[in-house]
Amino acid sequence: MSHAIQFDQLRLPGEAEELRLEVRAFLADEIASGGFDPAASVLRGGFDRAFSRRVGARGWIGMTWPKRYGGGERSFLERYVVTEEFRVANAPTGAHFTADRQSGPVLLKYAPEHIKNDVLPRITRGECCFCIGMSEPNSGSDLFAASTRATPTAGGYLVSGTKLWTSNAHNADYMIGLFRTSPPTAENRRHGLTQFLVDLSRSGITINPVRNMAGRHEFNEVVFDDLFIPDDHVLGEVDGAWKQATSELAYERSGPERFLETFYVLPELVRVLGGDPDTRGAEGIGRLVAQLHALRRMSVSVAGMLEAGKEPVLEGSIVKDLGTVWEQELPARARDLAAFVDAAPGNRATFDELLEFATVIAPKLTIQGGTTEVLRGIIARGLGLR
Amino acid sequence: MSDSLLLDTTTRIFEDLCDPRTVNAARDGKWKDTLWEALEGSGLTLAWVPEEHGGAGAGLADGFEVLAVSGRFAVPVPLAETLLAGWLLAQAGLSCPVGPMTVAPSRLRDTVTVRGDGTLAGKAAAIPFAAAANTLVVLADRDGAATVVRVDRSECTIRTSQGFRDDGRDLVELDGARPVELAPLGPGLGSDCLALMGATVRAVQIGGALEAILALATDYARERVAFERTISRFQAVQHNLARLAGETAAAVAAAGSAADTVATGTGGDDALFLEAASAKVRAGEAAGTGAAIAHQVHGAIGFTEEHVLHRFTRRLWAWRDDFGSESEWAVRLGRFVAAAGADDLWPLLASR
Ligand SMILES: Cc1cc2nc3c(=O)[nH]c(=O)nc-3n(C[C@H](O)[C@H](O)[C@H](O)COP(=O)(O)OP(=O)(O)OC[C@H]3O[C@@H](n4cnc5c(N)ncnc54)[C@H](O)[C@@H]3O)c2cc1C
Repeated sequence: MSHAIQFDQLRLPGEAEELRLEVRAFLADEIASGGFDPAASVLRGGFDRAFSRRVGARGWIGMTWPKRYGGGERSFLERYVVTEEFRVANAPTGAHFTADRQSGPVLLKYAPEHIKNDVLPRITRGECCFCIGMSEPNSGSDLFAASTRATPTAGGYLVSGTKLWTSNAHNADYMIGLFRTSPPTAENRRHGLTQFLVDLSRSGITINPVRNMAGRHEFNEVVFDDLFIPDDHVLGEVDGAWKQATSELAYERSGPERFLETFYVLPELVRVLGGDPDTRGAEGIGRLVAQLHALRRMSVSVAGMLEAGKEPVLEGSIVKDLGTVWEQELPARARDLAAFVDAAPGNRATFDELLEFATVIAPKLTIQGGTTEVLRGIIARGLGLR
Repeated sequence: MSDSLLLDTTTRIFEDLCDPRTVNAARDGKWKDTLWEALEGSGLTLAWVPEEHGGAGAGLADGFEVLAVSGRFAVPVPLAETLLAGWLLAQAGLSCPVGPMTVAPSRLRDTVTVRGDGTLAGKAAAIPFAAAANTLVVLADRDGAATVVRVDRSECTIRTSQGFRDDGRDLVELDGARPVELAPLGPGLGSDCLALMGATVRAVQIGGALEAILALATDYARERVAFERTISRFQAVQHNLARLAGETAAAVAAAGSAADTVATGTGGDDALFLEAASAKVRAGEAAGTGAAIAHQVHGAIGFTEEHVLHRFTRRLWAWRDDFGSESEWAVRLGRFVAAAGADDLWPLLASR
């Protein structure tokens, strides 16, 4: 078959399962000692630098990176276990998750040695928060329409323009920014963009909050006005950022965070439906659990293939497409299934509160990090259709 | 037989003797006998029967791989059913006859009992290939003990029904049928073992058939021209096919995971139940969604008898019903999860 999609059978190895117990014990301790409150970090935001430092102290940030940069040289499967346990516990990972998943690996690959030595160890200690500056007012799905300019000047570049929807910019120490260094060419409209490491403490940057529809300040508008960036902060090839994205994408797309963002609704649904649900409730739970199990098995399999040095780009995109649609539908389906549960006091208050919150944030799940339509276009390309 | 040799042999037999296009165009059913003889001659039909009982003694994992390939060819002879029957006989230490076999029950609500005089009572609906099989292997209840019973087809009354496919989904009436042999299930196996194994087998076949229709539909989209371009250029078609790919992937992954659990025997009863139930639910859902998309992409040509698509889609609709539908397994799984309680849900999922 020409379009074979492959999911290698993979069970997490013994060391990952031992780690899982350690992580669970840590999280249980944290919750018991008031280190974080799971419901609060869902409802009121999961950004907590002190928590991230405690996680860093356990060696659970940058786990897969080389030891000389503060990493743990552990496997992606071990990182997988940490990520999923933190998600399911609703732990406040906001201050380190972006750096751990995305920014650190970009620096590892493209930053000069002295910057790696400076920044990576701080990330692993949970002391350094990153944001991603790609989208702009007129450039979302079409990243190659980015127009924020980086103009060469003595010793570096001057940046002017506006990034939008930048999550956590107001909390972050650094941004990895995508700026235009040359116009696109007639043959290649992807040409002309360059990735930079941006130190957000420099002058020339204004960060304006953009409240989201859940009433929270999570993303921002970031305005650059002749911000100076030194030459050694260029990440990778000047004008060639488009070549740098491919293999990282599978990591970014297929992790457990791509289907667990509203997971908290599911155990609460099981709780309100009780130990002996009617046929409708049982069928609803059963389907959700079966679908989630299938998603997780796919996601674990992709992690295993990545660990084995393969590039399951098509499979990773499929996991994100199915996963984000599933986590988006979960609140609506839970609402249907719980429709006849008595609203007696104390009976379903937690469920209702979490359900309402999940319903409000659900729209973003199939937009952030690449929309469903864009993902399906990528899958179609993987199938040889375009 | 080594794993890849077995797969190569299987694939070659299917390519030579049951290419869907050739078979679909055939005027009579002679090819069926040739195919069956080749499968039997290579030992494939008794892959799951231990050597001491006259089988090939291949591993469970090898058998599942063969079944995935059989799904890709929509194999129209009782290979999966004979494998299952051989497996079930072996679970009771019974010897295995030659010739095509099938198993019963295939509906979760059907029960067959062994009466005091040793004859059977009950009926089993929607049995695939009942009319074509020489032997039925029935999982029956004998005074509360799950018992494997081998019956000759001539002992049963069979009401044939075309159903979704040429394979038949026949009603088998077993009242008064006299077993050739019977024995209780071996230790550690429960009365749901046939349902779990059958569900896993069907999920694996569904995964294979979905892979085949994904390939058919993508190839077709790249050839068919409308409005002066291939239909693969239309985004609506691309997105439909991307969804078909997603459904295929989910079915293949869930089925593969269940098959691996059965084959390695790891994780205990709860793990096996979660895996087999999830695989049947997810593959069954994918069968429905996937078949609909594949037909939509093919337009009218896919609705003809001449086109091979129906060889796959009609089997997908039949297979999703066998050994428990999505709804039935979902209810069982939901009850199980509810009884264990909300806080045990994640540990259960994470254990796999
Ligand atoms: C909560 C949240 C956090 C975010 N955080 C960040 C961040 O930290 N950093 C960052 O850089 N960005 C961030 N984003 C932005 C995100 O990456 C973009 O929203 C996303 O890429 C889509 O771009 P857009 O919003 O401009 O929509 P558009 O690109 O304008 O799309 C609008 C609609 O048109 C559809 N569409 C567009 N092109 C096509 C096409 N070719 N075919 C079919 N349909 C198409 C889209 O699928 C969508 O349905 C965040 C977004 C959200 C919602």
